[in-house]
Amino acid sequence: MNRYSRHIALGEIGRAGQDKLAKARVLVVGAGGLGCPVLQYLTAAGIGALGIVDPDIIEESNLQRQILFGTATLGQNKALAAQKRLTDLNPNIDIRAYPERLTPRNALAFCRDWDVVVDGTDNLGSRYLINDASLIAGKPLVYAAVYKFEGQLAVFNYRNGPSYRCLYPTPPRTAAVPDCSESGVLGVLPGLMGVMQANEVLKSILNLGTVLSGKVLFYNALSAKVTTVTLHRSEVEIDKALANSAAFQPGSPGLYGGPPVDEISVESAFRKRGAQWIDIREMGECPRVKRPAVARIPFSQLMGRIDEIDSQREKIIFCQTGARSQKAVALLSQRSYFDNCYSVKGGAWAISAYEKKQRDGQA
Amino acid sequence: MDVNIEYFGMLSEITRCSEETISLSENRVSDLLALLFRKYPALEQVDFQLAQNGEIRSEETFISHRNLALLPPFSGG
Repeated sequence: MNRYSRHIALGEIGRAGQDKLAKARVLVVGAGGLGCPVLQYLTAAGIGALGIVDPDIIEESNLQRQILFGTATLGQNKALAAQKRLTDLNPNIDIRAYPERLTPRNALAFCRDWDVVVDGTDNLGSRYLINDASLIAGKPLVYAAVYKFEGQLAVFNYRNGPSYRCLYPTPPRTAAVPDCSESGVLGVLPGLMGVMQANEVLKSILNLGTVLSGKVLFYNALSAKVTTVTLHRSEVEIDKALANSAAFQPGSPGLYGGPPVDEISVESAFRKRGAQWIDIREMGECPRVKRPAVARIPFSQLMGRIDEIDSQREKIIFCQTGARSQKAVALLSQRSYFDNCYSVKGGAWAISAYEKKQRDGQA
Repeated sequence: MDVNIEYFGMLSEITRCSEETISLSENRVSDLLALLFRKYPALEQVDFQLAQNGEIRSEETFISHRNLALLPPFSGG
């Protein structure tokens, strides 16, 4: 127990508290800027079982803040790479990697299987999904989100406390909320917020101090200002979310502002083996993508030509800039329940630039 | 009534300030929003929650405190 001697030395934790941590099961959804520090500290703290859900691949632009990864793990799945790194940090705990996306199909089962759920995702669709699933499963949700230099932190669904739906009842128009890749983020900010999430997880398991339930904390890294506002439970919103439980069924369409659209960088798209590439631009749009075997199915004809799309293979879908292809992925996942479609960030322009770079590199 | 409004996240980019004092002639939340949307049309395109005196009560109709905050959702992680 030497590993945990500094915890045990604390009268407030002691051996009994450390045993509680060893028996706890915590699910971390998203092993990104928030998830990495959460996982690192929970692993070090000796949480008995940790689940890591993340379908994404490590890209170079992640390394500025996703501190479990390095250049040697570029191109690997985040959940699997995190599992490997964390097993080295603490081989005495059970760490499970789920290299898959949280969807309405699996969210409830995940939440029921774990004691505490941590939201480390990077999009609002997933945030509403995790909130509703953990609310229905009756599990506390340790939430954080970041924007540029600012972060939010809260514990929702804790002992009948308020839910994310009590703060923001309905998903906003997605275009209104930019993500990190569009707006940028200070590298240490998700680090700070993630460590605060880990702290809330430990407090809720150890029954220590005051868990940040019924409050939302806002942190501004530039001014070092912390603002905490009180949040009340809205029975109306919670009833609405609970009534959603029927929506957690296989193939339920159009939830959560549409399931989160899987976006993929050009780099990662080229690494996918055996995927079907689909150009959904209208005829005559330039630049032509030189990659061989690209199916051309204009967006306007997409639903009519759905049988040309291979349901089994992964699908790499692109348009000119990456906007229409997001709509196409949302449409395909809602109408046909394809959950293996990816929209290429930056679209045909990014693909052409990448292909040119490859050619120049070879020359 | 003069109220002090704090803007968080992308809202402060729209208003180009982190806080300001605004004079209200009516005390309904809807009046405040109408005034803000006139002053900053882009605010109407974004979602946010209103806190009064450090407290969020989504069903509130009236402005009953001088310290207000507009809190947008963040999505990044």
